[in-house]
Amino acid sequence: MAEYNQATYDAVADIIAEVSSIDRATIAPESHAINDLGIDSLDFLDVTFAIDKKFGIKMPVEKWMEDVNEGRAKAEEFFVMRNLVRHIDDLVAQKAAAA
Amino acid sequence: MRLERFQLIDRVEHLDRAAKSVVCRCEVPRESSIFDGHFPGHPLFPGTLMIEAIAQASGLLVLVLHDFRRMPVLIAVNNARVRGMVKPGAVLAAEGKLVQEGSGYVAATGHITHDGKKVAEAEIRLGTLPFPLESLRAEARKFAKEVGLI
Repeated sequence: MAEYNQATYDAVADIIAEVSSIDRATIAPESHAINDLGIDSLDFLDVTFAIDKKFGIKMPVEKWMEDVNEGRAKAEEFFVMRNLVRHIDDLVAQKAAAA
Repeated sequence: MRLERFQLIDRVEHLDRAAKSVVCRCEVPRESSIFDGHFPGHPLFPGTLMIEAIAQASGLLVLVLHDFRRMPVLIAVNNARVRGMVKPGAVLAAEGKLVQEGSGYVAATGHITHDGKKVAEAEIRLGTLPFPLESLRAEARKFAKEVGLI
């Protein structure tokens, strides 16, 4: 199982709890943002905005959805919390490397 | 304005693609059924429509900056303030500026001025979606030409 950064996880879980009015205690590293937490597509736009702003990145959510819809990836690779956090950290690292 | 079509922008007066900002002219009609109720005997242009004008100005920016590939739809309004009374016949300037762009959304700030005084302001977010109909994209282009966006 992929490792994840606890500080990033806590920040993302806080954002999801606040933006989507979800009890923070119900969010776990194994939670699927859509299937388990019930975040719909419009809510996820708000979550994406808040995460982008917090971390100074641009999450390619539409590309992820395209990959899922066209069978190139499974939804859990992007939308299970621990994996989402890993992608966010990768994006932060890529931005730092490019600076 | 053509309030019956929810069309609040009359003319694009300034577009700065590099700064991702736009200024639009909005002429409040002298007569509208809206003023029958808002308010009887004391007609005022509703503040909610000023916020909508900011959203529409910002939406025009999205259209032109994305070359009409994306359709903007309002998804959030934050920190909205209405600070002035606007009467029928007023000419307003609606300004919008994109401040953040992400996958499937843009964030903008904007304000409305009347006679040089800021009368409304808001931070807004627009979802940016593929046009569901080619005819809708054509309508957007047609309107953009009518108001001088392109």
